[in-house]
Amino acid sequence: MEGVLNQLPIGLSIGAVLLLIALGLTFTFGQMGVINMAHGEFIMAGAYTAFLLQSVGFLVALPAAFVVAGLMGLVLERTLIRRFYGRPLDTLLLTWGVSLMLQQLARDLFGAPNVQVVSPAWLRGGLGILPYNRLFIMALAVLSVLAIWAYMHRTGQGRRMRAVMQNRRLAATSGIDTGRVDQRTFFIGSGLAGVAGVALTLIGPVGPTLGTYYIVDAFLVVVAGGLGQLRGAVLAAIGLGLLNSYAEFWSDASLAKVIVFVAIIGFLQIRPQGLFFVRSRALT
Amino acid sequence: MRNSLWRTGAVIALSTVTLAACAGQSGKSDTSASSGGGNTIKVGILHSLSGTMAISEVTVRDAELLAIDEINAAGGVLGKKLEPVVEDGASDWPTFAEKATKLIAQDKVATVFGGWTSASRKAMLPVFEKRKALLWYPVQYEGLESSPYIFYTGATTNQQIVPGLDYLKEKGKKKLFLVGSDYVFPRTANKIIKAYAAANGMEVLGEEYTPLGHTEYSTLVNKITEAKPDAVFNTLNGDSNVAFFKQLKSAGVSAEQMPVMSVSVAEEEVKGIGVDNVAGQLVAWNYYQTTDTPANQKFVAAFKAKYGADKVTSDPMEAGYNAVYLWAEAAKKAGSTDVEAVKKAAGGVSLDRPEGKVTIDGDNQHVYKTARIGVVQPDGQIKEVWNSGEPIKPDPYLKTYSWAGGLV
Amino acid sequence: MTAVEAPVEAPPVVRREPRRWQGPAAFAAVALLALVVAPLLLEPFRLGLLAKYLCYAIVALGIGLAWGQGGMLTLGQGVFFGLGGYAMGMYLKLHDAGGDLPDFMVWSGVEKLPALWTPFGNPVFALAMAVAVPVVVALLLGALVFRQRVRGAYFAILTQALAAALVILLVGQQGLTGGTNGLTNFFDFFGQDLAADETQRGLYLTVAVVLGVLYLGARQLVRSRFGRLLLAVRDGEDRVRFLGYNPATVKTLTFAVSAGMAGIAGALFVPVVGIISPALLGVVPSLELVVGVAVGGRFALAGAILGAVVMGYARTYFSEELPAAWLYLQGALFVLVMTLAPRGIAGLAAGLVRRRREAGT
Repeated sequence: MEGVLNQLPIGLSIGAVLLLIALGLTFTFGQMGVINMAHGEFIMAGAYTAFLLQSVGFLVALPAAFVVAGLMGLVLERTLIRRFYGRPLDTLLLTWGVSLMLQQLARDLFGAPNVQVVSPAWLRGGLGILPYNRLFIMALAVLSVLAIWAYMHRTGQGRRMRAVMQNRRLAATSGIDTGRVDQRTFFIGSGLAGVAGVALTLIGPVGPTLGTYYIVDAFLVVVAGGLGQLRGAVLAAIGLGLLNSYAEFWSDASLAKVIVFVAIIGFLQIRPQGLFFVRSRALT
Repeated sequence: MRNSLWRTGAVIALSTVTLAACAGQSGKSDTSASSGGGNTIKVGILHSLSGTMAISEVTVRDAELLAIDEINAAGGVLGKKLEPVVEDGASDWPTFAEKATKLIAQDKVATVFGGWTSASRKAMLPVFEKRKALLWYPVQYEGLESSPYIFYTGATTNQQIVPGLDYLKEKGKKKLFLVGSDYVFPRTANKIIKAYAAANGMEVLGEEYTPLGHTEYSTLVNKITEAKPDAVFNTLNGDSNVAFFKQLKSAGVSAEQMPVMSVSVAEEEVKGIGVDNVAGQLVAWNYYQTTDTPANQKFVAAFKAKYGADKVTSDPMEAGYNAVYLWAEAAKKAGSTDVEAVKKAAGGVSLDRPEGKVTIDGDNQHVYKTARIGVVQPDGQIKEVWNSGEPIKPDPYLKTYSWAGGLV
Repeated sequence: MTAVEAPVEAPPVVRREPRRWQGPAAFAAVALLALVVAPLLLEPFRLGLLAKYLCYAIVALGIGLAWGQGGMLTLGQGVFFGLGGYAMGMYLKLHDAGGDLPDFMVWSGVEKLPALWTPFGNPVFALAMAVAVPVVVALLLGALVFRQRVRGAYFAILTQALAAALVILLVGQQGLTGGTNGLTNFFDFFGQDLAADETQRGLYLTVAVVLGVLYLGARQLVRSRFGRLLLAVRDGEDRVRFLGYNPATVKTLTFAVSAGMAGIAGALFVPVVGIISPALLGVVPSLELVVGVAVGGRFALAGAILGAVVMGYARTYFSEELPAAWLYLQGALFVLVMTLAPRGIAGLAAGLVRRRREAGT
């Protein structure tokens, strides 16, 4: 019985991980329609940033990884993705090519084996079933969501971002520089992947293939939550986290993945556009 | 359609180029194959140099190349130098079969050293059996196999899993929890563990599998802590070990209260997991970098000299290194590199290797090996705490173990 | 959201009286090359590789149909390939076992042949299932998602997740499917020794002929009324709906046809290569197939075939010559093709021909 109760916080903490890895995608995918398969490699870049900065300090790595991954995203947007707006499916193949190159680059820079990232001492130990590092990840997820919410709803930049998300052409006609907004969105979205990468060093391996372990899950969260919807992503991540936790508890890890997939297909039958979506009369 | 002309034109042009390139390439290889018949003996080396398995397999390739260098420096085999032909299995089982075919049919190698995962071996097995060529497979595996065209220089189950269980039993660990990656080796290993437990008054409290590459272990750790076993027997593979040990450690489970016995964690993996997460845990192998034999001091020094002082040596590397020496010895004894002659001569070939004395068992083409249990040290090395005293006769089908009667 | 779902502009459909001899002549030339020249020129090992590429080309043809013509980017084509492959593999395994249990079941501790396996002892049933199962799965999935107007990126991600889920399922049911090892170690193919060069040559010719027939069939389909409807759905789904057609039906049927092709390819792949395993049908191989189609040219059926063969060959070549550089090259190739030549090799060739014509007139 205790085990069943324990699965509740475990599910929430799995949800927090899912939320962190998917948060950036809800923006790049949601606002810009870009299916960024290299998102996983931005997570990896964040993790390697934590590896490189571990002598400096874990907390320093968080903003550093945000900037590193964000800049990588910005470069990708400026050089390649910019040419692909309106061609979402092509961005998928394009960014997959980029992700392959980034993986090989990581292998050449840091070697193929996993590298060791030592967790900071103050994250050892735990509270009940949840270790401090899990609680830290949950707190980080909450903070990220709050920061994003504040950015979108309390700043001019955020307002413009929402305007572009709701109706790109109308926003452009109203004098918003959509190119600038896209750059900012991509920077923030990729930066969030970097933050997720730092957090993941606490619980998982740090190696060149790190991104591939999380990318499909991240997309499923976005699809279930609805494009560009903060509350959708939050609810979907928590829902999938809990589903995962209990499905695995009562069956096994393999079956749990299959159950989650079936649940998402079933869910899309009821809500084809995810939990929340922007209503639009536009024809597509 | 006006486009059909250029379309078909393009198809013709490209397929011609492709065919020409194919033909050109095979022509090139043919000439080199005939030159190989002169002063060198070609041997194939087939490991994953790219993809997920490259991490592990590249190190085995390095050890095998080192052995070839050393043998050549000492005069080669039957008066000829060995010439390695290295191919990439790309972590993809059909590719292993494809490259094995290439090595045998096109390069006409005398023997092949290669493979790591059971799946890659199973994919190559029909190729070697049909073409009557030799494969030397250097990794511990799940047993229940004895192909006439494969030599197994890694441990079979009775040289690794069973000694691991003997050790746990000796330490009074009666309640076990089994954790493994979802593939053939862990499932077969766990079947053996359950049979052993039933016969030895031990209890298996749980048996859980996770997909390869799985990284979320909090639920599994919860299941383990709720079951309260005396020890965990771990057959996870690759990156999953990193996530598992990190999450087990942060859940506050220490090696003292609930040790984890791992069979796929060697010196190389310890670095990636993080020593602080795995120090004090148990591992079962036949060789450690710290194993104290004269041959091992030479091996470790030579390996570091060739590949860098920061490199570590591990059990599969040593088994690959041995494989080359064992084949060379058998060929010398046979006076030929002919497959059937080498097979016939191989039985009873015995050498002092880094892990101690190894002898080929002519009946099942496995190797007598000494089992060693080790504890991971804070410096990342593994300290031996128990060994079987003498090399254990390989028994891939566990025929000599009464409790294993119902397994095969 | 007004991101317009009109990807790379498709080449304009210009009706122009074809010079009647050109198409058939070119097809005959390729057929001659594939059926006569290649078997004579290539040694058995290389011919086997070519047969493997042609199997992938059959899958690519289906992708070309679903994606290039129908606008459905399917990232889970490996699923259908795998289902076809396993159906064939199960038959071969039972045939070789000759009444006993297949070898992997013995070491997986299965004592009785599972009921699912029993009918696959019959080759006709197995072959029928190799096509029927993928088609039925595609019909079901298509009916579910297309009816709900799930499309574009959503569809792509769902098919990708399907591939990931199937791999996990296959790996987990070791006693039933052989787990990660998959099914391998086949000896006999309808009375022929699979290791013999003769059998392999026969298989190569079979694959080439099947590919040719399917290509002609797909071409007919594209040129039919149904094909025009499919193009219309790709370019403006809502408009088609307003005209009184049901786009979901058109898409579902096309998706099923492409799935059937992948199933056939899988069934041929197994005797040619001698193995079917979960690694062959996961996310990455499925994506690689799509990329092959993009490289060859997604809007031309012949381009899809060409792309699959070129990618297969490039993969073999680089893994033999420069294994470490393969990931860079593969990645760079996608980026270059997608940015500079979104219509692939076929599109480049078309551009060349058009320019030459314009210069000539």
